[in-house]
Amino acid sequence: MHDQTMAQLAQALQRGDFSSVELTRHYLDRIQRLDSTYNSFITVTETQALQQAAEADRRLAQGDAPALCGIPLAHKDLFCTDGVRTSCGSKMLDNFVPPYSATLVNNLQTAGAVMLGKTNMDEFAMGSSNETSYYGPVKNPWAVDCVPGGSSGGSAAAVAARLTPGATASDTGGSIRQPAALCGLTGLKPTYGRVSRWGMIAFASSLDQAGTLTRTAEDSALLLNTMASFDPKDSTSVDQPVEDYTAQLSQPLRGLKIGLPKEYFGPGLHPETAAAVDAAVKVYTDLGASVQEISLPHSHLAVPVYYVIGPAECSANLSRFDGVRYGYRCDDPADLMDLYQRSRSEGFGEEVKRRILVGTYALSAGFYDAYYSKAQKVRRLIQQDFIDAFKQVDVIMGPTSPSPAFALGAKSQDPVAMYLEDIYTIATNLAGLPALSVPCGLVDNKPVGLQIIGNYFAEARLLNVAHQFQQETDFHARTAPGID
Amino acid sequence: MATVKPTDIAKLAHLARIAVSEEQAADVADRITEVLNLVDQLQEADTDGVEPMAHPLDTAQRLRADQVTETDQREAFQAIAPAVEDGLYLVPRVIDE
Amino acid sequence: MEWETVIGLEVHVQLATDTKLFSGSSTAYGAEPNTQASANDLAMPGTLPVPNEAAFRYAVMFGLAVNAEIAKRSVFERKNYFYPDLPKGYQTTQLAEPIVGPGYVDIELENGQAKRIRIHHAHLEEDAGKSLHEDFHGMTGIDLNRAGTPLIEVVTEPDMRNAEEAVAFAKKLHNIVTSLEICDGDMSQGSMRFDVNVSVRPKGQAELGTRTETKNLNSFRFMEEAIELEVERQIDVLESGGTIVQETRLYNGETKVARSMRTKEDSDDYRYFPCPDLLPVILDDEYIDTVRLQMPELPEARRARFIADYGLTEYDATQLTGERAMADYFEATVKACGEAKLAANWIMADLSAYLNKAELTIAQSQITPVQLGGLITRLADGTLSSKIAKQVFEAMTLGEGDADTIIEARGLKQVSDTGALEKMVDEVIANNSQQVENYRAADDSKRPKMLGFFVGQIMKASKGQANPQAVNDILKKKLEG
Repeated sequence: MHDQTMAQLAQALQRGDFSSVELTRHYLDRIQRLDSTYNSFITVTETQALQQAAEADRRLAQGDAPALCGIPLAHKDLFCTDGVRTSCGSKMLDNFVPPYSATLVNNLQTAGAVMLGKTNMDEFAMGSSNETSYYGPVKNPWAVDCVPGGSSGGSAAAVAARLTPGATASDTGGSIRQPAALCGLTGLKPTYGRVSRWGMIAFASSLDQAGTLTRTAEDSALLLNTMASFDPKDSTSVDQPVEDYTAQLSQPLRGLKIGLPKEYFGPGLHPETAAAVDAAVKVYTDLGASVQEISLPHSHLAVPVYYVIGPAECSANLSRFDGVRYGYRCDDPADLMDLYQRSRSEGFGEEVKRRILVGTYALSAGFYDAYYSKAQKVRRLIQQDFIDAFKQVDVIMGPTSPSPAFALGAKSQDPVAMYLEDIYTIATNLAGLPALSVPCGLVDNKPVGLQIIGNYFAEARLLNVAHQFQQETDFHARTAPGID
Repeated sequence: MATVKPTDIAKLAHLARIAVSEEQAADVADRITEVLNLVDQLQEADTDGVEPMAHPLDTAQRLRADQVTETDQREAFQAIAPAVEDGLYLVPRVIDE
Repeated sequence: MEWETVIGLEVHVQLATDTKLFSGSSTAYGAEPNTQASANDLAMPGTLPVPNEAAFRYAVMFGLAVNAEIAKRSVFERKNYFYPDLPKGYQTTQLAEPIVGPGYVDIELENGQAKRIRIHHAHLEEDAGKSLHEDFHGMTGIDLNRAGTPLIEVVTEPDMRNAEEAVAFAKKLHNIVTSLEICDGDMSQGSMRFDVNVSVRPKGQAELGTRTETKNLNSFRFMEEAIELEVERQIDVLESGGTIVQETRLYNGETKVARSMRTKEDSDDYRYFPCPDLLPVILDDEYIDTVRLQMPELPEARRARFIADYGLTEYDATQLTGERAMADYFEATVKACGEAKLAANWIMADLSAYLNKAELTIAQSQITPVQLGGLITRLADGTLSSKIAKQVFEAMTLGEGDADTIIEARGLKQVSDTGALEKMVDEVIANNSQQVENYRAADDSKRPKMLGFFVGQIMKASKGQANPQAVNDILKKKLEG
């Protein structure tokens, strides 16, 4: 069963080839047998999963069940799940069991999807290697001595190891697309505001967006159909009807105008990754697309902007973790200051603390104009680059990540090197644009990804462009060595 | 080039309520300086007349009708709280008022 | 040296919305601790704010009432600091782009002069929770029911020169927000709280002196006392060669003592930045015009109406509209009795004296407007003499019920029945033959004074219940006829 895509499994469930309980049990067994190698789950919710599967089977038997009814899924552990520990990969929330669920979790549950458990992640989604998790690093199923990428490393590894047909994830600077690239998956970050942020534990509010990690673009479309909604509880949710993202998948690409930003192919890009991206672009031209070089002149400033705005927002967003109302509280605080300082120092890991301090610095008196205000201005220049580009082209393509998966520990002592992992993905978060990564080749027997960036709310077009590529190639269908 | 000194770290750590020991301060200062050096590239950009962008969405805030929608869930919320008594959250004595 | 005092105010006005600024939790006062603290109010992970339209409507009303510019675009920012009653670790407030821009309020002083106090701006923000310092084994208890309640903070220019002006401004502001019904005005529950910035400078000097801020004053009286005390302190310090330290102070209204608050070490670095969970609020002219049309009557308009519709003097109208509750009381009384002038006199004289003596607000008055109206009705229709009316009023203050009940129970009805009065007059004439003779022998010019003797006797005999006019008429007829 686990060799099938979500779309195939959905059809099989609707046909009655097997039950959701059987399918769910199958994945639970795989998690139990295999995940000690990958460490992709923080919490496995076996009892609830089997209950939800039984309920899904009843709905399937009655007919008229939604497309995702009975499909097992895993949620990144920053989406709040009613009655299920939601840790955000942090000691701070190791004991946190929210009495409410994120809107997207509710949307999926209402549609009959089954939750297998909660996936590992970089602490508070801050990282590009999944090494900052309180629950230990996640291993890349393609090479277990390598990182799966981050911060949604657990979701990516779980799908790549076929421990779940698909997973939810979040992307603040590349946290869906980079692990998708490193694990050979399709990863979609929708337009900012398309999927509700309510119940998703915030890292940087103006950059965070929930999305999907799946094997195919078709699966992403299915998942997004249910996850996306207008949510009155999220002020930044966009009041715009949710399209059927599967409707345009088969549309031919003849006449598609592709832009290749010259800034995305400069030094720093692994030559073999570049070759894989070039080969992918060739597939598109064979399908009748035209290609032109474009320029996104402020691209090199995306990482600096991000490392002001992200930490600034996070420094305030993480102030609520103070040991008073929930989460970690230090033992025997001597006074109020001690309660705050020790609860936060003991509850947060090094990278989280570093970003809080950087953000505090960027917002502090005397530095606001030089850092925060300046970064916001450059952010607009970066957005304007994209607006100008989309006057000429339909989609923008380039590498997702500069190189394939790197060894565990290789960059964990060098924050700046780690930050450069996201050099091609961050700009779309700053602009709020949708983007996805599809597998486009292997370098050193490890997957690399093609990033496709679309205009605002052009998810259907992006998925169509990705799906057509997957009709011509089989990179998305390959399985990591050793995965049966 | 921005340089963060260990003494600056003490102030930041206090503002952020994060304890950084004196031994750690130099290392943390170096790490933050590295990040700030990366960030210093921003100064080269010409941003004269550019409006700061706080948000990717160029839309206006929706406003909510003034109707009570929340119910009392104190029991559920306090079940996960570290220290409560008589419905109150407890903290070490607040002195300054 | 002669000193000049300079005062500016920051006033926190709690808005009377049903729900909080960013969540659908009730704002009702007095609930059990933390039963009105939703996931959002508790800053549970993943929760997000959605602003309350009514809070903006009320802020716009306020802005229009103080002749201010209404910002078509306003932006919420985060003010970062740690405190247990602040669950998010930041207060969502407005800084660079507040909802209400510069405006002004005209106040009237005791000497009848008017003065204009400029308002710098007013912004919307959320209130914090409450820290309870009762002994929880040496711990402090936190109640977050109030956390997230909408406030407008009104910031004035330093335009006031003494405590009287500051109090007059504060009262005017109270009158405006209660007239607009955007605040219940209940200062004892913290619905309005004043921070007072005070400095002194040598008279004639343009430059401002160093100021101190006395925080969280919750009555007009405390405010007046705190200002006077602080002015005195500053002058003492300066005259003895010292300097004023810019600081936050607290005034204790019970002990009448002020002290410096332990300065928060990081209070000067709040790291404000625009809240990324919220978008700019854009209000158009149509919205503002709609609010303008829905605005309740303001004190100044009401004053003009009292003069035009009820024929009150300017002085009476000013007195009666100085406080929203007093003006409401007056109109309710007039509604009950139809006698505007009498109602005005009774409220400003007897009722005010009673409230002052009993230290009650008009809202706490034992006598309802309908009861006072009933009393005035009986006075106007001749049932009560004004002397007896005061007795009835007295009885009302003791909770003895409405006028008719008291008149009945105490047998206070004025006697106007001619037969009964004639009988009494006949008796008095019979018992005072010498005075009758004198009267009849006297000139017309002396008679009115002499008549008073007989009237007095009859009033005494009737225990004050005889209708004086009727007694006069009958006496004249009998003595002169």
